[in-house]
Amino acid sequence: MTAESVTTAVPRSAGRVMPGWRAVLAVMESFWIWYRRGWRATVVSSVLQPVLFLLAFGVGFGSLVRTGAATGGAPYLVYLAPGLLAMTAVQTAAFESTYPVLSGFKWQQVYWGMSASPITPGQIAVGHLCWVAARLLSSGAVYLLAIVLVGGAAGIGIVVSLLAAVLCGCAFSAITMAFAATIMNEGSAFASYFRFVLIPMTLFAGTFFPVSQLPVWLRPLAWATPLWHGTELARGAALNTLRWWPALGHLAYLLALLAIGVALVRWRFTVRLFR
Amino acid sequence: MSDALIQARGLAKRFGAVEAVRGIDLDVTRGEVFGFLGPNGAGKSSAMRMIACVSPRSAGSLQVLGMDPDVDGPAIRARIGVVPQQDNLDVELTVRQNLQVYGRYFGLSRAAVRAKAIELLEFAQLTDRAESAVDPLSGGMKRRLTIARSLVNDPELLLLDEPTTGLDPQARHLVWDRLYRLKQRGVTQLITTHYMDEAEQLCDRLVVMDNGLITAEGSPTDLIERYATREVVELRFAPDAPRPELAELAKLADRVEELPDRLLLYTADGEAALGAALRAGARPTTSLVRRSSLEDVFLRLTGRSLVE
Repeated sequence: MTAESVTTAVPRSAGRVMPGWRAVLAVMESFWIWYRRGWRATVVSSVLQPVLFLLAFGVGFGSLVRTGAATGGAPYLVYLAPGLLAMTAVQTAAFESTYPVLSGFKWQQVYWGMSASPITPGQIAVGHLCWVAARLLSSGAVYLLAIVLVGGAAGIGIVVSLLAAVLCGCAFSAITMAFAATIMNEGSAFASYFRFVLIPMTLFAGTFFPVSQLPVWLRPLAWATPLWHGTELARGAALNTLRWWPALGHLAYLLALLAIGVALVRWRFTVRLFR
Repeated sequence: MSDALIQARGLAKRFGAVEAVRGIDLDVTRGEVFGFLGPNGAGKSSAMRMIACVSPRSAGSLQVLGMDPDVDGPAIRARIGVVPQQDNLDVELTVRQNLQVYGRYFGLSRAAVRAKAIELLEFAQLTDRAESAVDPLSGGMKRRLTIARSLVNDPELLLLDEPTTGLDPQARHLVWDRLYRLKQRGVTQLITTHYMDEAEQLCDRLVVMDNGLITAEGSPTDLIERYATREVVELRFAPDAPRPELAELAKLADRVEELPDRLLLYTADGEAALGAALRAGARPTTSLVRRSSLEDVFLRLTGRSLVE
């Protein structure tokens, strides 16, 4: 090769800017390839554990609970199952949106590699969020199967419950990821978040018993949680007791929270990656 | 103008009250290997991050590949390659997967990234480690993989932030050899380093940065000619041994530099200056005559040695 041909052969890059949805898919694909290698470990937390919950509380403890107005006229197992779908979605969302996000910035640093490509920080954030959504949907579907097998489903409405649970999990995930993106060191931030936000919410936001059983002063706190809105939707769909206006209200709440969460998480990712 | 891959005027970066880059001008042309030389904290990496379109500038103008990073960041990033200071490979994936996954971020098809990975493994001499996880690789191998990964989109401009810091000499030479091949292919490269030998080996042209500013610019030989003499005499002294009067030595050389462990005499004729110094009564424990290097340029410009 002569010197001339070297200088005239100007290299032309093969890289190009993808449309937003393709960029989001590329981010999801990278999480998928990573997940494929170690998915078995996640089965315990996202499927086995919830199934044990279903058996212990739904089948076991449920045998002590009388069917009545408080259970929407359904056996306790049927009453509980859609609630557990929503609760599990929120729990999985919480775990998938905390340590993995910190890891993306700090330990494995996959976000930094991505941000050097044409993919923007906002697309990275949305891509990770969509990956969490896919995980919620797939593990929720397996859970749904377990619910059907133990007789926890009253009808086809439980499929809508799954969608409500996934929406609820996504809304919670987006806010949680925005919070996680502000954490620089592990410290105790996530442990406190689980202890003071996640666990009280899963216990008192209507999963195991109606919020109407709470002291009057506590109820507004439960109403403020995304899980309560998700549970109301999921349960209403499963028991076929949904009414239009409350259902639209719950949906609007979750969609609004999701929209705010997406805006916040895109902002926080951009601030951190593009200093 | 059409040949200017990077053009900066008054480029500046502030982090709160800290001014990392305080107004620099740059013109990097196609096919050139351009170096940023300077100590840690000089502002090299901040300048690189602005050029890589991952850090908005605080002031000044910047054009990369003829586009403005503030407007066309993604379009610029699609056509450049970045080797960050710290390898951020996915250590849980295999060597091959790292290349393939990364290629997908640039909109390449699955078939394209498969083919590209084979070619890049060959280039980085990692073909026999393709299915190995990244974690057990040596530092040099990881560095080569990071460089290979940055080439996945056939970049027109490659940004390398301290490409060989922390590598042993053999691994460094291997990296240099790969970078030299890229240069022959016409890939424009921007390299930050605090190693003089690296800058002399690789760079066609370089700037010396200190404290957020460019203090000198030119080819390595240019700079040596301009800021140093042809030869240098190094006189080493034991820590407490008596040293000759600087004023006396100053008569024997163009310039004298005093360092904690040695004196440097800058002169056109090293042997003659050394002889004169010894005759004048200097009793160093060891002495050495060598050609000037970028290290001397740096010492002259900033008043301190580069690697302390």
